[in-house]
Amino acid sequence: MENQELERIASQVRRDIVRMVSAVSSGHPGGSLGCADFLTMLYFDQMKHNPEAFNMNGEGEDLFFLSNGHISPVWYSTLARAGYFPSEELATFRKISSRLQGHPSTDKKVPGIRMASGSLGQGLSCGIGAALTKKLNQDDTLVYTLHGDGELQEGQIWEAAMYAAANKVDNLIATIDYNGRQIDGDVDDVLSLGDLTKKWQAFGWEVLEMNGHDFEDMRATFAKAKSLIGNEKPIVIVMTTEMGQGVDYMMGTHKWHGVAPNDEQLTDALNQLEETLGDY
Amino acid sequence: MMETIEFEVLGKKDTRSGFGEGLLEIGKQNKDVVALCADLTGSLKMNAFENEFPERFFQAGIAEANMMGMAAGMTIGGKIPFTGTFANFSTGRVYDQIRQSIAYSNKNVKICASHAGLTLGEDGATHQILEDIGMMKMLPNMTVIVPADFNQTKQATMAIAAHNGPVYLRFGRPSVPIFVKPDANFQIGKADVLIEGSDVTIIACGHLVWKSIEAAQELAKKGISAEVINMHTIKPLDTQAVLQSVVKTKCVVTAEEHMINGGLGDSIAQVLTRNHPAPQEYVGVNDTFGESGTPAELMTKYGIDTPDVIAAAERAIQRK
Repeated sequence: MENQELERIASQVRRDIVRMVSAVSSGHPGGSLGCADFLTMLYFDQMKHNPEAFNMNGEGEDLFFLSNGHISPVWYSTLARAGYFPSEELATFRKISSRLQGHPSTDKKVPGIRMASGSLGQGLSCGIGAALTKKLNQDDTLVYTLHGDGELQEGQIWEAAMYAAANKVDNLIATIDYNGRQIDGDVDDVLSLGDLTKKWQAFGWEVLEMNGHDFEDMRATFAKAKSLIGNEKPIVIVMTTEMGQGVDYMMGTHKWHGVAPNDEQLTDALNQLEETLGDY
Repeated sequence: MMETIEFEVLGKKDTRSGFGEGLLEIGKQNKDVVALCADLTGSLKMNAFENEFPERFFQAGIAEANMMGMAAGMTIGGKIPFTGTFANFSTGRVYDQIRQSIAYSNKNVKICASHAGLTLGEDGATHQILEDIGMMKMLPNMTVIVPADFNQTKQATMAIAAHNGPVYLRFGRPSVPIFVKPDANFQIGKADVLIEGSDVTIIACGHLVWKSIEAAQELAKKGISAEVINMHTIKPLDTQAVLQSVVKTKCVVTAEEHMINGGLGDSIAQVLTRNHPAPQEYVGVNDTFGESGTPAELMTKYGIDTPDVIAAAERAIQRK
């Protein structure tokens, strides 16, 4: 898909995000806005998937696991805009009896979601498991995972990292949303990750870096990652993003990690984001 | 009048070996069965499966959280993962992983846990988990099974592969008498009435089933007729079997190698209070950690041996 078209979709996804969280005065806009370009790229350009006929096993399809489940608004919007369910359903986000729970879940059977997430650190293990099953089934489609940078403070991530390298899980592309911010402040101040690229390299992973707001760079990096599939090494992309990207007052701070805009702030945000596909 | 109850013993073996044999057998029958282990392949008796199906065996290393997450992920695409490690590391250590990735996500993972309870023995309280049944039965979607002997553990291992949904299967380390027939038809959620009686109902699971049979034999000599029920499935609970028996005997003893808080006894008490209030006495560990010792010494010291079941039965009858 052309970059211009991807940008138009991402703009609508961003509008959806701020409207969803504002409507219920809760949710996580910061990281959601930061990953809007990435998820748009993934679902509209990179992944082989079937929105019209979702099935849990996903054989012959690329799978995506959102490990940092709190950025559910960006995932729900992307899934809806990609055709998994009607975009009108986004209006039910976080409301009673909705399929669109605060954090993603499978129990209400949202098309496109294969694993609950929210308690951090678990999605890489789940992705590795799915990748192992794809190998057993001789299914050469891929598994993608997304993780927050703060999430890497969870120990299970590094158990999984060790396993994937030792066992040559080379049909998986993990991506880190490296925005440098978490609830309590900058990641460097809360608990520094040190040299992230070197850490993953030391764990035996193929490490790529990309700008999560540059569609051309993402396209090239995904192409490079896919060329490394089957090379007996798991692949991680350290993706630089800006938390709150697209809404000026949410950028450059950790303060909009888990805070919803009020009516006035919402209007301000929507004035900065073009309505391209029609609001839900 | 002195009475005797004969009960045929078919041999003596550890329940974990029943798991190992069952896993190998179901692995032969169902190519979707895969197994994961966290560096305890020998202790879990998973070697035979590993040798027969190396491509379907996954050594996770000492990283149980990742093992549980991988097992959940492996179900996507149709595999039936069996995880194996000690009961403590199968539950308490990874409760949140099980809760979110397996139970809430309703994944078809079989959590197989050995060395449960005090009878792990000399390793002491760090490894003797007595809270696992409670933790697992509280999780929505989770089935909880505690088989009584080698044969039943083998049968249960094979049966859970055919059940779609998360299962916790709990078994142990020591050699214990085998009394379930090798060709018995194990049904999840269907209790076995092992001895019929009229004065007291003894409901037990795991290693306490044999102790309860012994207790019933001793009680018979005193002229007390005890009914013994093997409640191998804690959840879903066979409430009908409980009520049918209690209507007749009018009092209950529950017996388990687990904390009284949160165990089988609590589940039975719920059935009684809601349907048919009756005196109940508990045989279980009373809000304390274990310690090092032989399995026999520990069962005696912590009050989960045959004499404890007998005493509890007599107390329950007196309260009628």
